[in-house]
Amino acid sequence: MIGDWLDIGPVDQITPGTARTLPVVGHDEIAVFRTQANEFYALVNKCPHKQGPLSQGIVHGNVVACPLHNWNISLKTGEALGEDKGCVPTIPLRVDAGRIYLLRSAVIGKRAA
Amino acid sequence: MNAPTTLSEKDRTAQVRQRLVVIGNGMAGCRAVEEILARDPARFDVTIFGAEPRVNYNRIMLSPVLAGEKAFEDIVINGDVWYSGNGITLVSGDPVVSIDRATQTVIAKSGRVEPYDRLLIATGSDPFIIPVPGKDLAGVVTFRDLDDVDKMLAAAEKGGSAVVIGGGLLGLEAAHGLSLRGMKVTVVHLMPTLMERQLDEAAGYLLKTELERRGQTIVTGGDTAEIVGKDGHVSAVRLKDGRELAADIVVMAVGIRPGTTLAKSAGLEVERGIVVDDHMVTSDPAIMAVGECVQHRGNCYGLVAPLWDMCRALADNACEQPSGYEGSVTSTKLKVSGIDLFSAGDFSGGDGAEDIVMRDAARGLYKRVVVKDNKLVGAVLYGDTADGSWYFDLLKRGEDISDIREALIFGQAFASGGALLDPNAAVAALSDDAEICGCNGVSKGTVVASINAGACSLDAVRSTCKASASCGSCTGLVESLLALTLGGEVQSGPKTMCKCTSFGHDDVRRLILEKNLRSIPQALQELHWKTPDGCSSCRPALNYYLLCAWPGEYEDDQKSRFVNERMHANIQKDGTYSVVPRMWGGLTNPKELRAIADVVEKYNAPMVKVTGGQRLDIFGIKKEDLPAVWADLNAAGMVSGHAYGKSLRTVKTCVGSEWCRFGTQDSTGLGVKLERMTWGSWMPHKFKIAVSGCPRNCAEATIKDFGVVCVDSGYELHVGGNGGIKVRATDLLTKVTTEDEAMEVCAAFIQLYREQAHYLERTAPWIERVGLEHVKTGLFGQPETVKRLAARFRHSQTFCQDDPWAERVAGKDADLHQHLAEVRPLQMENAL
Ligand SMILES: Cc1cc2nc3c(=O)[nH]c(=O)nc-3n(C[C@H](O)[C@H](O)[C@H](O)COP(=O)(O)OP(=O)(O)OC[C@H]3O[C@@H](n4cnc5c(N)ncnc54)[C@H](O)[C@@H]3O)c2cc1C
Ligand code: SF4
Ligand code: FES
Repeated sequence: MIGDWLDIGPVDQITPGTARTLPVVGHDEIAVFRTQANEFYALVNKCPHKQGPLSQGIVHGNVVACPLHNWNISLKTGEALGEDKGCVPTIPLRVDAGRIYLLRSAVIGKRAA
Repeated sequence: MNAPTTLSEKDRTAQVRQRLVVIGNGMAGCRAVEEILARDPARFDVTIFGAEPRVNYNRIMLSPVLAGEKAFEDIVINGDVWYSGNGITLVSGDPVVSIDRATQTVIAKSGRVEPYDRLLIATGSDPFIIPVPGKDLAGVVTFRDLDDVDKMLAAAEKGGSAVVIGGGLLGLEAAHGLSLRGMKVTVVHLMPTLMERQLDEAAGYLLKTELERRGQTIVTGGDTAEIVGKDGHVSAVRLKDGRELAADIVVMAVGIRPGTTLAKSAGLEVERGIVVDDHMVTSDPAIMAVGECVQHRGNCYGLVAPLWDMCRALADNACEQPSGYEGSVTSTKLKVSGIDLFSAGDFSGGDGAEDIVMRDAARGLYKRVVVKDNKLVGAVLYGDTADGSWYFDLLKRGEDISDIREALIFGQAFASGGALLDPNAAVAALSDDAEICGCNGVSKGTVVASINAGACSLDAVRSTCKASASCGSCTGLVESLLALTLGGEVQSGPKTMCKCTSFGHDDVRRLILEKNLRSIPQALQELHWKTPDGCSSCRPALNYYLLCAWPGEYEDDQKSRFVNERMHANIQKDGTYSVVPRMWGGLTNPKELRAIADVVEKYNAPMVKVTGGQRLDIFGIKKEDLPAVWADLNAAGMVSGHAYGKSLRTVKTCVGSEWCRFGTQDSTGLGVKLERMTWGSWMPHKFKIAVSGCPRNCAEATIKDFGVVCVDSGYELHVGGNGGIKVRATDLLTKVTTEDEAMEVCAAFIQLYREQAHYLERTAPWIERVGLEHVKTGLFGQPETVKRLAARFRHSQTFCQDDPWAERVAGKDADLHQHLAEVRPLQMENAL
């Protein structure tokens, strides 16, 4: 487990219905979301439209509305919903004994664009 | 102990029977043995070790024991007779302390050594204890076994106060029991809603309300800092926000952790739980594990139903008829008498998943089912759980529900009723005197009559016969009646607020006041929202409406605010922010200018710009630098300019009589006064004011939401101007003679706009929608109105003229600005 999964700390650092950010040196910043129903998701913190910081959007259900132009992005798949087309990479995440883990290879797998 | 046997039989036993040792005398361990015995009673010599000094009992019934509904004898599953009758050796009150895999023996605390051919680990789980000071004081208990229950009962005997930390299933059952036993109970829960794992915001709100009605105190969002003791015994619980709750007993029920210590030190593969395959075999083929201590295909379970499936697979394999376990779908019920609550499956929604929500506020009912790919994947029921098992069955069988989708939410009786598949048909089948609207007591006959008399829209029905005009739970029924009675001619009503509700903005605003709604979850529940937690368009609107309705009382909801307001700065296209400090009336001085210049240099802001509203805008600040920037600006006496908010932005002024040769009045002075009066107020949309010193109008007051044009005889007050996408010049509202009157009308006009406009409607479209006459009547129709509106405005201002920047500088909501952590890949060269 250690090795493959990065421990990024306890779940309660994120208030339900919000997101926080995780910068990765040399790679894309990651947004870690916690929904109102207490599901956790991680996405690259860049809207597929014009790179808006998704972590700053309003979270509803498991969708985030991008703060720049209000595209709705699925937290599960990273895909833009509705009429909009585009997809942002998702980062496999798991919660274990109250802590959040991200799949290491996915965190550092993609170079910053 | 085994009964004495003849020599030859003993020989046979030694030859054929394998020695099975079980660690854990709980629900899974004993059930596994039962399953094995049922298949092949002669296969094993069984020895069971139990840490607890008693026989196998039904752990989930500890809650009724605590509540006084059952006694220990009632919850024993297997008594002494079972052990002796099946030749099982029970070693109780003697926990196993180590496993020696090389010699295939286990060693108990007493020193007893027991050899095994097959070992079964069923150690269950350990309650999680939050590592706060005072956790070891006497009087701090967990809720796991009978000893814990005995401790709670002893405490309840003496009466006093109990604090239960953890508002999940277990915590609430403990709280319920203690409260029935006469203790004053407070539940402290870290999350904003109770049982957040099983319930969503809405159902959690209903549950909280019900528990409070029963006299419990529920503290959500409560983070325990310390358990305070006196003479070695608990006396109180202190929360991080400083609150102290008196406590004669503290129950920790914050979660459980699989009991893996033994397995780990024996070198078995352990992740979150002991890793097992589909036959419940661990990484050592001679050792099996079952129950809460295991991890199967990545999942750990904390409920009994999956254990039964595991035990079957385990026994099949141990008796050489391998079947295999494939994981379980679980459901939960809260065992608190009188509260019906059921939750099953995955209700986190997600892609392609659709929520069907039914809320009936009058009956305290909430139902939510989640459908994906025409299958039911999750269900939450509150208030009426009769259909729980039906939903759970549909869910487990993965049945295609497309045929009954429309009626699914109404439950089994409705959905399986063949002819009733179409909800309209179901409504058609109702008798004329069937009640449609419970709030207003309107029958089907009355609704149909009013439709026949010409009410051909939902709104018309609402205003003529009052059906659906109150809580709205019957809106669907009324719509069905409209469709039935009129065929295709239903007129769509006024635009709804968003797709989550059938109400328009005006209805929502009116109902918030009428029904005394005080929070977003409450509004969602009482107004029958169709989505579990709204969307990005209704949440900010509801937040504003509540804030406007209950100044000083409503607690603002950060997560329902657009990023700019949440961060108190303007987000720009590259994700950085810009910061605009307030300059009263557009005035500034060397100290402020110096502070701004210093900030620009210190934080490398790439640009400073004079805005259209006569303020200075500093660009390119990172979210983590914002608090520091504000601290520097605050130090020079500057506060937030709210350039980011649906709020009063700027008051633009010209130089007026003080300097200008044409000026008739002190436009700058009045502008500053107006800004001092109105700053910080939240509005339906951004709001701008300007004051010009004469009709030359250098401050462009006639394209502002509120504009003052000074003239010789006094002040012309203009409203509804907009320089935005659609330019609109103001309408003249009135003319007054003194500054004080101008201020009073300004306050009253703003309040009227705040109380009546739709969220995100600026004054220009608002006035065009309702008409200037409406606004004039609203203000001057009756003698006292201006005064009353202005008083309401001033009252609400007493709560919001705090500088939001200063609060952030002082550390409020620091997590909004800080990153979680930072990842620095070790092999940067490779990565790069
Ligand atoms: C108060 C309460 C209410 C609950 N309500 C429900 C409910 O309504 N519905 C539901 O599905 N589930 C409920 N549960 C959960 C349910 O009881 C568990 O899922 C179930 O008991 C797990 O079975 P198990 O055999 O894995 O663990 P347990 O039943 O906990 O058994 C493990 C046993 O192993 C013993 N043990 C541990 N280590 C050692 C050792 N080293 N040596 C010897 N013995 C050891 C322990 O003393 C314990 O007796 C409830 C639990 C509690 C505590
Ligand atoms: S509006 Fe009139 S008073 Fe004000 S600066 Fe212009 S000319 Fe002078
Ligand atoms: S950048 Fe996200 S919607 Fe435009």
